[in-house]
Amino acid sequence: MTSMLRRLVAAAVVVAGAVASASAADKFITVASTTSTEQSGLFGFLLPKFTQKTGIDVHIIAQGTGQALKTGERGDADVVFVHDTASELKFMKAGFGVNRHEVMYNDFILIGPKSDPAGIKGTHDIVAAFKTISAKQAPFASRGDDSGTNKAELRFWKDAGIDVKKASGTWYRNTGSGMGPTLNTAAAMNAYTLSDRGTWLNFKNRRDLVIVVEGDKKLFNQYGVMLVNPEKHPNVKKAEGQAFIDWLISPEGQKVIADYKINGEQLFFPNAKKSGS
Amino acid sequence: MDDQNAFAAAFALMLRLDPAFVGIVGLSVRLVLSSVFISAAIGLPLGAALALARFPGRDATIVVFNTLMGFPPVVAGLIVYLLLSHSGPFGFLDLLFTLPGMIIAQTVLITPIIASLTRQVVEDLWAEYAEQLRSLGSSALRAIPTLLWDSRFSLITTLLAGFGRASAEVGAVLIVGGNIEHVTRTMTTAIALETSKGDLALALGLGIILIGLTLLLNAGAFVVGRLAQRVAG
Amino acid sequence: MHAELSILPLAVENVSFAVRDTTLIDGISFALGQGKRTVIMGPNGAGKSLTLRLCHGLIAPSAGRVLWQGPAAAGAKRRHAMVFQRPVLLRRSARANIAHALSLAGLGHGERRARARLALERFGLAALAERSARVLSGGEQQRLAMARAWALAPQVLFLDEPTASLDPGATRTIEETIGLFHADGVKIVMTTHDLGQARRIADEVIFLHRGRVLEHAPAAEFFEQPRTAEARAFVRGELLW
Repeated sequence: MTSMLRRLVAAAVVVAGAVASASAADKFITVASTTSTEQSGLFGFLLPKFTQKTGIDVHIIAQGTGQALKTGERGDADVVFVHDTASELKFMKAGFGVNRHEVMYNDFILIGPKSDPAGIKGTHDIVAAFKTISAKQAPFASRGDDSGTNKAELRFWKDAGIDVKKASGTWYRNTGSGMGPTLNTAAAMNAYTLSDRGTWLNFKNRRDLVIVVEGDKKLFNQYGVMLVNPEKHPNVKKAEGQAFIDWLISPEGQKVIADYKINGEQLFFPNAKKSGS
Repeated sequence: MDDQNAFAAAFALMLRLDPAFVGIVGLSVRLVLSSVFISAAIGLPLGAALALARFPGRDATIVVFNTLMGFPPVVAGLIVYLLLSHSGPFGFLDLLFTLPGMIIAQTVLITPIIASLTRQVVEDLWAEYAEQLRSLGSSALRAIPTLLWDSRFSLITTLLAGFGRASAEVGAVLIVGGNIEHVTRTMTTAIALETSKGDLALALGLGIILIGLTLLLNAGAFVVGRLAQRVAG
Repeated sequence: MHAELSILPLAVENVSFAVRDTTLIDGISFALGQGKRTVIMGPNGAGKSLTLRLCHGLIAPSAGRVLWQGPAAAGAKRRHAMVFQRPVLLRRSARANIAHALSLAGLGHGERRARARLALERFGLAALAERSARVLSGGEQQRLAMARAWALAPQVLFLDEPTASLDPGATRTIEETIGLFHADGVKIVMTTHDLGQARRIADEVIFLHRGRVLEHAPAAEFFEQPRTAEARAFVRGELLW
């Protein structure tokens, strides 16, 4: 019986060790960001350089823009790094953020099947393309997850004067998931879908999908970064979070962003201004 | 897609002990072992006590525990998330998006499984032993460790059921852990991520390795159990 | 075993036992004293096993009382043991089974080991000490159960049809073992439906039929001159119901 007890104690020590080593507090911040930035591979390239310089680890929670902002509202992240300016400004107005800075931009692209049933390939007018898709009732996969990409997509439908809620379940398919799964679905269904360029370049299950529309000024996609307000949530790591933001908008950080390429193609274009509010 | 080549790529990853891969596997192992250990520490005596105790509402309690065995992992993850969030009651513990947080979420899921299965096993054994043990002067409480030890071979199956659930779980650990690279990314959440990135072959490769590890564990437990059983009768 | 105070006599006073609406034991009374080997007999269903369990305290009477009346009666609970028809042994070695019973009795580690070894030797089980109890033969298991009981140093040993599941060779060994207890001064209270066994062992007989005590007499008197018709039929070997 004592040997059993000894074995139990040994196991308990192992467990405690596992747990303890996992929570051994190296300096780290929690950044709520989007799946598009993570799945583009940018963070894998960018963050090690920041950590090397400052010794601060960055834990990225990759969610949709809407979810990331809510995470910031709940105080479960120190920094929020997303791409929907309208929502970000609302976040700041409600007092959840201390400051906001623009960091970089890329663009959205419309992905579709090679066969192009809506016949829109080569258009540079995204709203017109959407109108045609609706008119031809070509299958369209939407993320439907309150992400920055999704919010942009819904803006275009609104501009085109189309009520997608009515069409949901017919040619308009609401997957309620991230960019990757939605692309998977579009590939399997041979549907159109709106994506960010970064995720697309890194996506490996393209099947018959290609880029059909790009270059419209409306497809401009701005990324912003905000420090969560420590007055609302005292647990926010203000100093380290601000260090990350400062680095992102510094010439050094901006250069790293510009240096990130896939197959020689640059994904994100730094555009931090001198001041933000 | 070049499926065969990517299967090979997954195995190559394993064979050359790619550090990221090793990190993910190591994290999964720590998560699963910790969750099962804690769940067993709670569930085994709890199940045994439930088997022996007689109190009003006992039947309802048993039904509740049996129901909890099928508790949807995502719901458990959501509840734990809300509890551990900094806007929630236990935010001050800073457990969200950490390994201990994931261990808690999994323990919530696995403890009812172990408790319910233990209850059944111990109840059957108590039916056989009760008279003799009481004749020897044992109270029901004192009989708990005796019954647990004597039913150890059946309980191995119970623990393996817990292991199975823990190693296969993805919903709760995804929500509570946040799938943070190097910190809370496990085999199952990595598979979910690679799938969502469209890298289906790598995801499948990881999945096969995960199944392989679980198979190894179960085979080992089976052999050990059989040998020990032959000795102990 | 004689130095300590006795818990006997045991007084069973008007004890009844009913389950739901069925009366299984109907107002039985008798006293058990030191020395004599008491055998409780009767056809199947007479209530022999129930009576034994009522005496041992495993079940509580629905009416009446079971009273230990000896000078040591206060601590009686630990001073009597029971052996069942089918031995219940734990999944561990023979020695560990005895040690477990002794730990329940509150003995320390060293004393447990010593007493367990003694018990195994006394009952000829020393060679099987480390064998798993569940792989022993039926006779060996029953002997182990008795060794376990002996290790507890009981003053009274209840036995419920202890050889009903055993072959004649094992039966004889168990009967000899009962003799060992008797020689050590332990009061034997045993049930059996085997007339031959009863004749071999009993000093006194309590005859039960349908939950009632029909006769309580010294063995010779019961077997030669049973007073009731049922007892006469039983002794003749007839079926009673």
